[in-house]
Amino acid sequence: MAGVSDAQLREMTQEERAQALGMTTEQLTGRSMFIEFESDAEERFTYPWAHDVDYNKRTELDTDDLTTTEVNEKLRALMAEGYGSIVLKNPRGKHGIAVGILNRLNLIIEGSLGYFGVGLIDGPNVRINGRVGWSCGENMMSGTVLVEKNAGSTFGAAIRGGDLVCRGSVGSRTGIDQKGGTIIVGGDTGALSGFMMQRGRMIVCGNAGKNLGDSMYDGTIYVGGEIRSFGVDAVPAELTELDKAWLTRKLTQYDLLPEKGVDHFTKIVAGKQLWNYDNLEPTEKKLIL
Amino acid sequence: MAGTQYRGSEIKDVDQFLKDSAGLDSDREKEIGQHIGYRYDVNLVPDYERLTPFLANYMEVMGWDDLNWLEDVHMGYEEGAPAVFDRNINGWVRVPDSIDLPDNQQDRDMIARELLIKFQMSDRHPLVNLRKAYMKF
Repeated sequence: MAGVSDAQLREMTQEERAQALGMTTEQLTGRSMFIEFESDAEERFTYPWAHDVDYNKRTELDTDDLTTTEVNEKLRALMAEGYGSIVLKNPRGKHGIAVGILNRLNLIIEGSLGYFGVGLIDGPNVRINGRVGWSCGENMMSGTVLVEKNAGSTFGAAIRGGDLVCRGSVGSRTGIDQKGGTIIVGGDTGALSGFMMQRGRMIVCGNAGKNLGDSMYDGTIYVGGEIRSFGVDAVPAELTELDKAWLTRKLTQYDLLPEKGVDHFTKIVAGKQLWNYDNLEPTEKKLIL
Repeated sequence: MAGTQYRGSEIKDVDQFLKDSAGLDSDREKEIGQHIGYRYDVNLVPDYERLTPFLANYMEVMGWDDLNWLEDVHMGYEEGAPAVFDRNINGWVRVPDSIDLPDNQQDRDMIARELLIKFQMSDRHPLVNLRKAYMKF
C-alpha cells in the first residue's frame, strides 16, 4: 500500500487501484475490520484530502457567463488556492450550483438558485440571498445553509446532517426521507413534510400542510403554528425542557425565535405502529419444518 | 429523554445494552430474535453544558455555533461493547477499553463524537483509500 505512488495509481485501472490499496471486492457484510488509529493523535478537524483554506482569504466569482459545471470547477479551484470565503454573483437561477463541496468554506450566493442547489455538501457554511428551487440541500452531510427567501419542494430531501434553514416558506415534501440533521423553516411548509423521515429534527415556525410526518420511522418534528393533518403513524409527544432549551438555542442562532418563545410548539414523533420487521419469518420457518 | 415512545422497546437504563448484548427486551423482539431499532435514543438532543474542549475546538475551526451533524451522533453498543456508528463506512467503531464510560448518556455521547471525528480525520480511515481508488473527480 505504502509503496504505491499517486502517479502509479493514476496509470492503473479502477480494479487494479483497489487491489493495490489493499481493498477487496468480497462481501464483508457481518464481518469486522480491525483498523488501529491513534485516538490521542494531534487534533485534526478536516478530512485528510481537504483543501487548507483561510476564512480571511476572500474572493468573488461572477457566474453570469458560466455554465453550472464551470462554476463548480472554479469553486474547487479557488478552494485549492486557499480561498475560504467566496462570494458567488449572478447565479440567475442556475441548477446544481455548489454541489459536492467536502470542505470548510464560507460561501455567499448573491441571488437565487434553481434545482438541486448546494446538494451533497459536507462542511461548508452557505448563505443564499435569494430563493431556491426544488431539492435544495439534498443529501447534505454537514455544514449550514441559510436561504433568505422561499424554497421549493423537497427542501432537504434525504438530508443526513447539518443545518438547512429557510427564513421564508417552503413547498411540499420538506425533508422527505430525512436521515439526520436539522431543517428549519421560518414560515409555512407544504403537504407531506417529513414523509418517511428516519431521524433528525425538523422545526417549522409557521403552519404545516396535510399529512405531516406521514410514515415517519423516527426523528422529531416541531411545529409552531397549525397542523392541517397528521400523516399515518405521526403522533404528538411531550415537549420536554431539554427540547425547549434546544429549540430556543437553535432558533436564536438563526434569528428565528418567535417573540412568545417555544412553549407553544407541538412536538411530533413516530408512533412506530408501522415498524415492520421480519416477524413472520420464524412462523413461516416452523410451518416448513 | 426526548421522543422515547418505542412500541417494541424502550431504553430504560444507560447500561441496558452492556448488560444484555442481544437487547431482546419485548416479546416481539424475542420472537424475531433481534433488537428493534437503535441502541440509543436517536431523538436525544445534546446537552451543551457537557461539551468537551476537543469538540469546542472542532466547532470553532468549522465556523459552527453548535455541534452541527454531530448532534445525531450517539454512543451505541455493538455486541455488548460501547461503540459509535460511522456513517462513512456504514459500520461501528469500538470505543477503546482504556476509556472509562461515564454514568450518563449525554457524557457518553460527547466521547463518541470526539472519537468519531478523530477516526474520520485519520489517515487510517478507509475512506482515504476508497477515495483514491474510486474518486471520479
